[in-house]
Amino acid sequence: MAADAALMQIIGLSLRVTLTAVLVACAIGLPLGAALALARFPGRGAVIVVFNALMGLPPVVAGLVVYLMLSRSGPLGDLALLFTPEAMILAQTVLILPIVVSLTRSVVEDIWAEYREQLQSLGASRLRAVPTLLWDGRVSLLTGVLAGFGRASAEVGAVLIVGGNIAGHTRTMTTAITLETSRGNLGLAVALGIILLALTLTLNAVAWGAGQWARGRLG
Amino acid sequence: MTHPRPTSPTILPLRLEGVGYDVAGKTLLSDISLAVDPGRRLVVMGANGAGKSLLLRLCHGLIAPTAGRCIWADGSIRAHAQAMVFQRPILLRRSVAANLDYPLALRGLSRQARRATVARTLDRFGLGPLADRPARLLSGGEQQRLALARAWSMQPEVLFLDEPTSALDPSATRIIEEMLMGFSAEGITIVLTTHNLGQARRLAEDVAFLHRGRLIEHRPAADFFAGPAAPEARAFLAGDLIW
Repeated sequence: MAADAALMQIIGLSLRVTLTAVLVACAIGLPLGAALALARFPGRGAVIVVFNALMGLPPVVAGLVVYLMLSRSGPLGDLALLFTPEAMILAQTVLILPIVVSLTRSVVEDIWAEYREQLQSLGASRLRAVPTLLWDGRVSLLTGVLAGFGRASAEVGAVLIVGGNIAGHTRTMTTAITLETSRGNLGLAVALGIILLALTLTLNAVAWGAGQWARGRLG
Repeated sequence: MTHPRPTSPTILPLRLEGVGYDVAGKTLLSDISLAVDPGRRLVVMGANGAGKSLLLRLCHGLIAPTAGRCIWADGSIRAHAQAMVFQRPILLRRSVAANLDYPLALRGLSRQARRATVARTLDRFGLGPLADRPARLLSGGEQQRLALARAWSMQPEVLFLDEPTSALDPSATRIIEEMLMGFSAEGITIVLTTHNLGQARRLAEDVAFLHRGRLIEHRPAADFFAGPAAPEARAFLAGDLIW
């Protein structure tokens, strides 16, 4: 029973960290990506390239950067967030944000190309067009959000560095798998791996179904 | 059923004074002067590439001329009481009713006023049974009907239409033309481009004929069809290829 409670705690923490990171990344990345699609400014191309490149940011590097920021002598050291779930959320947000921004920009750009004249004719400013375009791109945007969730829930490097894999506090499914494998406790590692896979599979199935339903329903 | 028309000062006539449009050193429209008079149905004719769509966009204020100017009677650069319907209707990925609601919300109408206008518009155009359907899944003819209904609900004094029936079959075209005649009877000024001669004859009260970016005829439709002065227009009516 104790083992089960510990397992549930690990699964719960994993979900809490990843889902919160996805929410934060969406809150920032959806408007930012849409703004990047509509705005024209010098250096826009460079910003787009940087966000595209950051989609491939190795999680350990993201973890290292957040570690340096949060460590006692770092710029955010006073917050004392290192080795807390909040630090893990921050690290995963850094990983997901470029995916959400880049995909949103690409989706919104396509819809904008189609809607531009009509929205202008109806009297919508560029700023007012942003929520319209995000809403009308909702089905495609869901894919990007899911990709972000997938990346965050699967990664181990960033949460290991900034979370520290402390039992009962910052141990997630992926860090537990790493630890149990190195301890030779393969049974538990495999069990956790199956749970992680099942969660990802379920979420993707639900999202795919929702996408199909929405396409049929909304055209 | 007609709209309660606003009593604000009219925006027509719209005057184009020496309007030209260049892009990357290429002149697409040059030295166009004409007035869009209130209450008329003006049909803009000409071959592909003559500049019909461009002229409409300049009038509507979607783009600014690179030479000359377009001014409305109330002195504004881009008047409020106008609407445009495009060749391919661009509908939002939402229900029919939500598509009608959207431009009203942009204009800051209250929820109550919007609901009333949407209901009136659905009723006026027989779209009631389709109200909750996703607009993108309607047939081409229904989509264009919705686009026209959306334009009407914005209470325009002038409605611009860019080849509104070129993608539609004859029966859908007839419905659209009947809607336009209804708008005209309500006093809405119509400015329409078409390369369909039959449609021009059915709808036009005035004709503006464009050739290679120049306005070479602008006169009452009866005169124009009886025998245009310009050889290019005569050739166009005769069905000759001109370029």
